[in-house]
Amino acid sequence: MGFRDLIADFKLQWGVHPDGHKSLTSERPIESMPLPERLVLPLAQHIGAPARPVVAPGERVLRGQRLAEPVGMVSSAVHAPTSGRIADIGDYPVPHPSGLAAAALVLLPDGLDEPVAFEPCEDPHSLEADEIARRVAAGGVVGLGGATFPAAVKLGLGKRNPVHTLLLNGGECEPYLSCDDRTMRERPQAVVDGARLMARALGAQAVVIGIERNKPAAIAAVQLAASGHPEVSVRALPVRYPMGSEKQLVAYLTGVEVPAGGLSAEVGVVVHNVGTAAEVSRVLRTGEPLTHRALTVSGAAISRPANLRVAIGTSVADIIAHCGGVRRDVARYVMGGPMMGMLLPGTDVPVVKGSSGVLSLTSEEAGGGSASACIRCARCAGVCPIGLQPFEMAARIRAGRAEAAVDLGLKDCIGCGSCAYTCPAKIPLSHYFSYAKGSLAAAERSRLKNESIKKLTAARSERLAREAREKAEAAARRKAEREAAKRRAAEAAAGEAAEERREVPQVSA
Amino acid sequence: MLIAVTSLTLIATCLGLILGIAARRFHVEPPELVSELEAMLPGSQCGQCGFPGCNGAAEALADGLAPVTLCPPGGPALALALADKLGVQVELGAMGEREPTIAAVREDICIGCTKCFKECPTDAIHGAMKQMHSVMKEACTGCGKCAEICPTEAVTLVPVAATLGNWRWREPAFA
Repeated sequence: MGFRDLIADFKLQWGVHPDGHKSLTSERPIESMPLPERLVLPLAQHIGAPARPVVAPGERVLRGQRLAEPVGMVSSAVHAPTSGRIADIGDYPVPHPSGLAAAALVLLPDGLDEPVAFEPCEDPHSLEADEIARRVAAGGVVGLGGATFPAAVKLGLGKRNPVHTLLLNGGECEPYLSCDDRTMRERPQAVVDGARLMARALGAQAVVIGIERNKPAAIAAVQLAASGHPEVSVRALPVRYPMGSEKQLVAYLTGVEVPAGGLSAEVGVVVHNVGTAAEVSRVLRTGEPLTHRALTVSGAAISRPANLRVAIGTSVADIIAHCGGVRRDVARYVMGGPMMGMLLPGTDVPVVKGSSGVLSLTSEEAGGGSASACIRCARCAGVCPIGLQPFEMAARIRAGRAEAAVDLGLKDCIGCGSCAYTCPAKIPLSHYFSYAKGSLAAAERSRLKNESIKKLTAARSERLAREAREKAEAAARRKAEREAAKRRAAEAAAGEAAEERREVPQVSA
Repeated sequence: MLIAVTSLTLIATCLGLILGIAARRFHVEPPELVSELEAMLPGSQCGQCGFPGCNGAAEALADGLAPVTLCPPGGPALALALADKLGVQVELGAMGEREPTIAAVREDICIGCTKCFKECPTDAIHGAMKQMHSVMKEACTGCGKCAEICPTEAVTLVPVAATLGNWRWREPAFA
């Protein structure tokens, strides 16, 4: 720990120190879980537009075959984790706090695990930057830390802003989770290799891998793997939640603050997770897409806590059964970490690309209790990594003034939950912020809908006016034609009469 | 004591008179308030507010005869914007009670009479003579004009289905 780190640690004011519970799983190597009987692959496993299926129900697919293609700029493909038959494409429960169903593919494995022909690459470091990004996109890689932003889109950020540094996030500051720790210890070469490849795609000159000090084995392993590469450095991070949050990591490691509402690329830095780096290396070298991921199965209620490598689409119920089931009453099932993870409404949901953990928490672990009045102790303001005033924001939201909370920086809230964790009155602060962000988004949606409806009604009245005008014009034209015809007929009749009159004298003569 | 009361009363009366006269003398009609309000309303002339079209609603709003929450298609966003414009307090609680709805065609009893899509203010229904009609969700405001005119009651208003796109967190219960 150098002098610079000491100063930086001293200056750190924010954050909380939740119980780690990491020892439950940190010494358990990642084991491969056998394939379940059924895989459910949601089409939206990433931030952005849901993927579009390119297979039909009943079709036989092979391992690594692309099942759904990305739609639009920010999207990601979905691949088959094994060979089998597509049983259905329809709405199935997905990991989401609402418990709603969303579009998914159902794959029944046939046990043969027959792969498509992959295209391995001997030396991915000789590939062009665009080609690296293209192959990462083709492999369906998204941010595996939990944000699930398509990795290839992030690799293209170097084109808009010059990026000088790639930061790898090995903080894993969420309690219970140890799958990143295990990945760094078991596959340090892949982590460093993937980081160097991503730095090449971004045009970044330096790679800094930040790892929290509570993972000494991971620090040693990655340092050893990085020893031959002078551009890669490893920095130890203080153990503090939310150290792994992008903006906090950038501020700590580079000393530059990312502007509010801005991307870290604007200050020349891009952050990726260590798990993503390891996957990028594997995808580029073997040509096999992202179809499996490492995750931590933990919590006091689970019989056998473990780190597993599972096929994406495996249900939480299957994973819990593989780990010996639960031995105590489960108060809540959580996907991801306990601080920012998602409360699951049931275990009949699949693991997706962004699932870093499956936790079975007992009522002692889950905590809870009813909220009491705010005593304005301002502990929440002290721990907020962004420097907001959660108590004041929540008071305004409670009074029905979400707009007023925006003035206090609601949109800069990263939803880390440190405020709610530290609140002695147990006020569900982060729930208030999720609620307010949701209402603001709903208001924005309804504003957009009103605008489009205004356009539709304007188009309709214009069309009705045009139709009426055209009808009137057509009627006028027909009338004119009729009159012209009548006039011609009259003229012809008059002409004939004149002829007759002229002829009459001849006849009489 | 008497002097103090009298003098203060006098001052108050004079100031009140001055204010009263000034209010009448320098009264400025808010310029084109009605047309500005009308521009903010959806313009679908659906009549759900109970006024004759969006112009009627805008007039009622300008005269203070209607609450800013009058427009169901506009939703809370419009209510807030109107409240901001008119400088009044808004009580959104009343709006939440009304569940957003959209029209849906019951396929088995639609006779394809085309009445509903001729009536629709936003062209949200498409179909043809003797063909089944259907509703485009994105364009429907749930005004119900189609349901009123349908001769077979094939068009009904149904609640908007909850999806991952429109789901949001409920307000936390607080003791």
